[in-house]
Amino acid sequence: MSNHAHIDEHRDDEGAKTGMWIFIFTELILFGGLFIVYSVYRYLNPAAFHLAAEELDTFIGTANTVILLISSMTIAMSISAIQYQNKKLTLILMGVTILLAVAFMVNKYFEWSGKISHGIYPGSPTLMEASQGEILFFGLYYAMTGLHALHIIIGVAFIAYVMRLVVKDEVQHDNFTILENSGLYWHLVDLIWIFLFPLFYLIT
Amino acid sequence: MSDTVIQNPEPNYLEYQGRYKGIFAWIFSTDHKRIGLLYLYSMLVLFSVAAILGLLMKIELIAPGKTIMDAQTYNSFFTLHGITMIFLIVVPGLPAVFGNFFLPLMIGAKDVAFPKLNLLSWWIYILGAAVALSAQFFGDGPPDTGWTFYAPYSFRTGTNMLPAVTGAFILGFSSIATGLNFIVTIHRMRAPGMAWMKMPLFPWAIYGTSWIQVLATPIVGITLLMIVLERTLQIGFFDPALGGDPILYQHLFWIYSHPAVYIMILPAMGVISEIIPTFARKTIFGYKAIVVSTLAIAFVGYFVWGHHMFTSGMSGTALYTFSILTFLVAIPSAIKIFNWVATLHKASIDIQTPFLWALCFLFVFMIGGLSGMVLGALSANVHLHDTAFVVAHFHFIVFGGTGYAFFGALHYWYPKMFGRMYDKGWANIGLAVFFTGFNTLYLPMFYLGMIGMPRRYYDYVEEFHGPNIVSSFGAMLMISGLIIIITNLVRSARKGEIAEADPWKGKTLEWTVASPPPLENFAEIPVVTKRPYDYE
Repeated sequence: MSNHAHIDEHRDDEGAKTGMWIFIFTELILFGGLFIVYSVYRYLNPAAFHLAAEELDTFIGTANTVILLISSMTIAMSISAIQYQNKKLTLILMGVTILLAVAFMVNKYFEWSGKISHGIYPGSPTLMEASQGEILFFGLYYAMTGLHALHIIIGVAFIAYVMRLVVKDEVQHDNFTILENSGLYWHLVDLIWIFLFPLFYLIT
Repeated sequence: MSDTVIQNPEPNYLEYQGRYKGIFAWIFSTDHKRIGLLYLYSMLVLFSVAAILGLLMKIELIAPGKTIMDAQTYNSFFTLHGITMIFLIVVPGLPAVFGNFFLPLMIGAKDVAFPKLNLLSWWIYILGAAVALSAQFFGDGPPDTGWTFYAPYSFRTGTNMLPAVTGAFILGFSSIATGLNFIVTIHRMRAPGMAWMKMPLFPWAIYGTSWIQVLATPIVGITLLMIVLERTLQIGFFDPALGGDPILYQHLFWIYSHPAVYIMILPAMGVISEIIPTFARKTIFGYKAIVVSTLAIAFVGYFVWGHHMFTSGMSGTALYTFSILTFLVAIPSAIKIFNWVATLHKASIDIQTPFLWALCFLFVFMIGGLSGMVLGALSANVHLHDTAFVVAHFHFIVFGGTGYAFFGALHYWYPKMFGRMYDKGWANIGLAVFFTGFNTLYLPMFYLGMIGMPRRYYDYVEEFHGPNIVSSFGAMLMISGLIIIITNLVRSARKGEIAEADPWKGKTLEWTVASPPPLENFAEIPVVTKRPYDYE
């Protein structure tokens, strides 16, 4: 950093990518803890989990899955675009990724507010009267999709930051590791959703 | 390894003036050496506080009944003592201080792979410490759950749990960032010619530790987050009233916290593997065996967490499996002990303070390790679970292992870090007092545990009085030793004799640069041709 400025700036693309992959492992393990809790409680309360899962709207879930898959494609395409030195297309594709992420969050907002208006939220009187398995299911639903939504927000911030670097020509065809890393992170966010979707919406 | 001592005209890292002045030149520095010292100073302050809490608890236990504090104060003391010592000192300790300072030097690099991330991890550490310790000063009284935050008490207690748990959660990020940084550094930045099997053993230990930090810490992160959500939003995870299972919390907690024990001890073993060949003037015996056992400990250490829960309720098969794995994980540790002792065989030993620390480490670590075998045996565990025996065991391992290695490392690398030598006479006196006090403090607790004294009680029946007096006296002696040791080190940083580049005749790369090291470590990146510890 500043008081170190005269040192040759150490640049190691391979190292930066290795670091990102290790970070992605830690994220997977973080969610892994929740997946363990989910599987234990699903095993202990099969009937209640079945009942509770019927409450969720498979249509919104499917729509969000499609949105995220497309956004993963657009961010991957932006990495190709930068290698073809097409700055405009890179920025468009990154922008589309962010728009899709916003669309995902809007869907999520309507889904959550729908649940909350039905009185289904942690600690609500309605939920407290339900069976313990349903309390656990909705607790996990809010915690896991909520933590995932937080990752969407972080991913959007990360991609927006890299967009700024692209605009300033600090990310170019021979120096785009940070764009690749933001893409890796976005794929992770997508991947986690791919597991959340069947667990909550499809398995009933 | 490299034979020439590089004379560097650059200013050393302590004197260098960058863009910032005064304290800002430190807290905004991305120099791995300064960050190492930032960690060292933060930890010395926290350690002093937590050690005094420990002393106060031992004074409370000098007689049955209330001596100097009531039960609730005692509960909050052992909680704060545990949180501080575990999450703020022994888990980050050796990697954050000596890993930061010496890993790049020992592998011939100018810095770690991500210097800014490195500085960020210190800031996260400070933030986590501030949040965790803020629990003491506001809200409904200091936390009283012990450092394990067991459910369901951790969300039923009226005390101020939230900051403590959140702080521990934040500290996890610091740990992950450091681990990630070191893994990439070791993979990408070893000096030319330093093949994996030519890497010194401390970097190897840091490498194993870093993988545990990266792969185990997220589990405790998410578990603590669940406690936070459970307390704030009433989301049911572990509360039986909401259908949760408190035993599941214990599993998740120990899935991290047992590997965390190896985060503590692996770098300690790495330090001992550096000190012993240097003062034995001899190649380490069984270099490969030490490397393999380091990785084996890191791996097997993942699968033994259940031995903390033998009395919590598990199937018979699970009990036997965890017990046998616990015995297996002792084997690689024993391999290291044999290697260290074999290195000393027929060596021309130079007896200096760091070497004495290493010898004391061997002594207390063996007691700690073997008492762990007693606890790993199912039948003995049922009798000894939650007694003073357990407390004695893990203090022999955590304080005796990591703590001794920490002070050993400090005395070993002190001349390199500060460019001055401490007073060796006082250092040895301090060690003698400390070592005597340490054993007087913890050995009686093995006995107390066996005759049934439970842990975490401020009071006890009259039968336990005698050994408790001895133990409390030992605590005072040990703290006196610590005062001598730390005073000597602090004083010598300004007034000690100027140290030469290689005062101990060490052969690893950090001794080839000036003391204190120049800003950029190496004027030219060294080319490594020999194995480490090449004394023949």
